Amino acid sequence: MATTKQTQIAGTTKSRFQVRGMLKRDIVPTILVTLLGTVLMLVFLLPLGYMIATAFKPEAQLSAQNAPLLPAKSTTYNYQGQDLPLYNVPTSEGVKQWALVKGFREDADFVDPANLGKGVINWKGRYRTLDPVYEFSPTLDNFTTAWSDVDFPLLFRNTFFIAFISTVGTLISCIMVAYGFARFRIPGKNILFIILISTVVLPPQATIIPLYILFAKIGWTGTWLPLLVPAFFANAYDVFLLRQYLMGIPKELDEAAMVDGANPLTTLIRVIIPQAIPAITAVTLFHFFYAWNDYFAPLVYLAGKEELFPISVGIAKFVGTYGTHPTRAMATAVLTMILPALLFFFAQRQFMQGVVATGVDK
Amino acid sequence: MAVDAVKTKPAGRGLMGRQRLRWGLFFLAPWFIGFFAFQLLPIVFTFFLSFTDYNATKEFAPENFNFVGLNNYGRLFSDPELGNSLGVTLKFTLIAVPLGLIVPLMFALLVNSKHLFAPNVFRTLFFLPTVIPVVAGVLVFQGVLNPQSGWIDLLLKVFGIEGPRWLSDPTWAIPALNLLGLWGVGNAMLIYLGALQSVPTEIYEASVLDGANGIQRFINITIPMISPVIFYNVTLGVITSFQYFVAALLIGGRNGDPQGATLFYNLHFYRQAFVFNDMGYASVLALFLFAIVMVLTTFMFTFLQRGIYYASSDI
Repeated sequence: MATTKQTQIAGTTKSRFQVRGMLKRDIVPTILVTLLGTVLMLVFLLPLGYMIATAFKPEAQLSAQNAPLLPAKSTTYNYQGQDLPLYNVPTSEGVKQWALVKGFREDADFVDPANLGKGVINWKGRYRTLDPVYEFSPTLDNFTTAWSDVDFPLLFRNTFFIAFISTVGTLISCIMVAYGFARFRIPGKNILFIILISTVVLPPQATIIPLYILFAKIGWTGTWLPLLVPAFFANAYDVFLLRQYLMGIPKELDEAAMVDGANPLTTLIRVIIPQAIPAITAVTLFHFFYAWNDYFAPLVYLAGKEELFPISVGIAKFVGTYGTHPTRAMATAVLTMILPALLFFFAQRQFMQGVVATGVDK
Repeated sequence: MAVDAVKTKPAGRGLMGRQRLRWGLFFLAPWFIGFFAFQLLPIVFTFFLSFTDYNATKEFAPENFNFVGLNNYGRLFSDPELGNSLGVTLKFTLIAVPLGLIVPLMFALLVNSKHLFAPNVFRTLFFLPTVIPVVAGVLVFQGVLNPQSGWIDLLLKVFGIEGPRWLSDPTWAIPALNLLGLWGVGNAMLIYLGALQSVPTEIYEASVLDGANGIQRFINITIPMISPVIFYNVTLGVITSFQYFVAALLIGGRNGDPQGATLFYNLHFYRQAFVFNDMGYASVLALFLFAIVMVLTTFMFTFLQRGIYYASSDI
């Protein structure tokens, strides 16, 4: 029995110790569970697969009957100087791939590229019901159309600017506030903290109207200011994450700095911040993604000013067009996703550690 | 290296204490200002607005604010769309919260399983859709749910099921949105994962010695030990799904197509405020939402606490 198991995994290069470990864990459950996981994963990411496949398809393919799932183009065969479309023609000898010379209602003339000596063959049947012969052919056309329809570079610049500035503001303010909550004794601090946390429950709808009126009155609507300025005043989620983390930094470090004559601000900059890099990285990433994907606030405050739109608002107009230009809509979606996905792949460890740090401590 | 601990005086007493206090307030200042300017005062103003008939297209001047008493509140009872929008939001929530509880937990259990090969790859891939902008997600789901060329319906055909028209079908529009929402379970999955990993293995080992099988272990150990996290996720899930807006606006346009099946409460609110510019009534809607969320949160905190087992001693 042992030898059978060892032969099964002989194909992969594993050290003796790993092999023993695998045997101990039992191969069968591992295979079953991994298989289940893979199936779940494929179903979960199915929409992404659809998006990528469709984005590369020529538009005509979508309306064709029985078109293949992957990007493809119908092939042609050059006969006597003309490009004739190839079809899958059912014959008494099986399905053949013939080039259509001329089609009539109840029959059609073909040539067999594999057998030119036969000349023109007449086939009885309705050629319009036949399926073309496809070859794999991804196209970048949708991307170029999408790119020219929507000023992507402008959208990217706008989005980047908004996300960057508001992340800077968030970092500065949230670190300050978290530091205040974590390290200073203030009367009523606990009550203040509870108030902070309960603002999470506050629906943005309850405040958006007066805020909109306020910003309209001072002339900030139609600019980026309503999106950027509030970020400099801290928010409950990030303050909470940072505060929890800062409370885990040993106070001896603060005290050592104070003995050396540092004031609290210097302590913050020179001692606390270097110690809090993991949490700070997490906040940076979270907020950057949040600002990058935000749709509601830009929609409300930037209404009408297309040159200021971030990506989320800029491509929203494509949502209705799926019916007419599905491939282009998918190409647009791909373009929108590239940057967040890349950023995520590079920063995933920090990102996920940060999510855990916020959530589990509740 | 031995350092004399700085004597901590009660806050505000003595020179050191007063200085610390001042510094502390300095650091908290951004939040104070922000809270007042962007949250407290606006809420008060919304409250005030709810008693007027201010129309946003008019100048922000006193003569345009007419006090109408409780008229706007009365409209809550006669508003035909209110019932529909509450129903829509409720239907969505009733599907979303259980799904948002079970699916990420399932994924977390899978990723945590010692029988899984390359768990980090799975973890990353399950999390990936959460960083995708909602708008792009809507685009993609419109595509994949397309009755003719979408893969979901094609997949269903393989099993012999005739797929519904999803986003164009009033009955299926909300479940379609729930499917889109499923893409965002990565966050919850990670939190569950962290919680699962923090359950001490000794407990499991002890239970095995007592003869517990897998299912018993799950029900009697795993679930209670992660119950605080389950509670957190459920609460947050209810709160966020009542605030559901963006995808609804994108799919349903301004009217909650098809036929009002996606007229979520917040879409209704958005229309009153920014399409019809009726700020008075919109304010009432906003406050009503706030009240509902507060009631639900309080309800959950009061009644669900009993089911939660807090394993750590400092709670």
